[in-house]
Amino acid sequence: MSQRAAQRVVVVGASAAGLATVEALRAAGHTGQITLVGEEAHTPYDRPPLSKHLLSGDWEPDRLALRPDDALNALDLDLRLATTAVAADITAHTVTLSDGAVLDYDALVIATGVRPRPLPGVDGHVIRTLDDALQLRSRLRPGTRVAVVGAGFLGAETAAVARSLGCRVTLVEPAPAPLSQALGDAVGNLVADLHRAHGVDLRTGVGVVSTSDGSLALSDGSSVEADLVVVAIGSLPNTEWLTGSGLTLADGVVCDHFCQAAPGVWAAGDVARWHNPLFDTTMRIEHRTNAAEQGTHVARNLLARPEDRRRFAPVPYFWSDQYGIRLQAYGYLRDHDEAVLLDADADIRRLLMGYRRGERLVGVLGVGLPPRQLRGWRAAIAGAMDWAEIGAVSDAV
Amino acid sequence: MKVIVDEPKCVASGQCVFAAPDVFDQRDDDGVAIVLVEEPTGEMVPGVREAVAVCPAAAIRLTQE
Repeated sequence: MSQRAAQRVVVVGASAAGLATVEALRAAGHTGQITLVGEEAHTPYDRPPLSKHLLSGDWEPDRLALRPDDALNALDLDLRLATTAVAADITAHTVTLSDGAVLDYDALVIATGVRPRPLPGVDGHVIRTLDDALQLRSRLRPGTRVAVVGAGFLGAETAAVARSLGCRVTLVEPAPAPLSQALGDAVGNLVADLHRAHGVDLRTGVGVVSTSDGSLALSDGSSVEADLVVVAIGSLPNTEWLTGSGLTLADGVVCDHFCQAAPGVWAAGDVARWHNPLFDTTMRIEHRTNAAEQGTHVARNLLARPEDRRRFAPVPYFWSDQYGIRLQAYGYLRDHDEAVLLDADADIRRLLMGYRRGERLVGVLGVGLPPRQLRGWRAAIAGAMDWAEIGAVSDAV
Repeated sequence: MKVIVDEPKCVASGQCVFAAPDVFDQRDDDGVAIVLVEEPTGEMVPGVREAVAVCPAAAIRLTQE
């Protein structure tokens, strides 16, 4: 019974993916020791609100706790917070921690997530941790001049919150429109209009060349005066501690379709790059929903006999809130061949996009649509619907 | 067992409906989760536990009552 082989589980990373893993292990009846290692001093908390309700001041940190203390205690974990893993030996089956402890494991789950990608020469605020968000929040005051570099979801949400707090916001994005490369021009234009309508000084098609004393020099020769700078230009997977371990690292921990990186070694969440059979491609997904789903899946595969393991084939899902409008998407939108506007109202304030890769539908995105309506599309994506059928389904859903 | 949804936390992802379609639905306008069966039993329970696990807002709680 492989339950015995997985007696001692070490999970590195105590955010959504790590927590989902340990909860699913216990739910599946695993009674062996579980060590959960977390870099931050906080017990597991939720990150999406950091750039939304927490940053705006609507919620305080206690609202972000992923589980109440009694539920955490019931998991009977060897919980090691404010601690990082510094090395793994996948032959000897040990993990070395920053405090010098060496842990033996029968199964290792890597859920170390990502960190903000730095912008060389710019020492700005970032938003990854609760402490980051609280620090930024304390400085967002009416009239504060805020420059946000990067108009991805994090940057766009941050700009929206800063505006709602009365800050003067400049949003700098190298692409022609926010999110347009990933999601298509219609979405990019809608988001750009939304930010401008709310008073954001949106500068697209320009990068940051240099900074000095509260001023950002941009690549078109213009400049932005700012009291504070927020850098939101994407993330880097936390895999440095695994360098030389023998695991394959390539923009994440490379895993098979079971989310296994090596015998006895698994990965889940933002850091995991695995082969998703549903889209027949390797992917690394930085979505909150994936962290929970993949952690749960890894726990079950880890405990299962090899012949009973199941491939991890989810339909990814994400959402973003800006100015009270919600974007929601199902599927794998990156690397699409074509993005098509399937439906929109007259002034394109609400829309439905479909994404084609090869001959199939790989994703949909709704802006301002009833979530229930968008949900109907998930089955079409999970079923690898032929792109040619999209008109018929579009009418029916 | 009783199912409780923290409505302000709910982000309308619909993940609970996929996990336990007999127990959850979404409001038409804003997609916030609705509990159809407040005290699920028997075959419904594994799906409800799945919904708690996969909810991206940690908005679903189970109480032993």
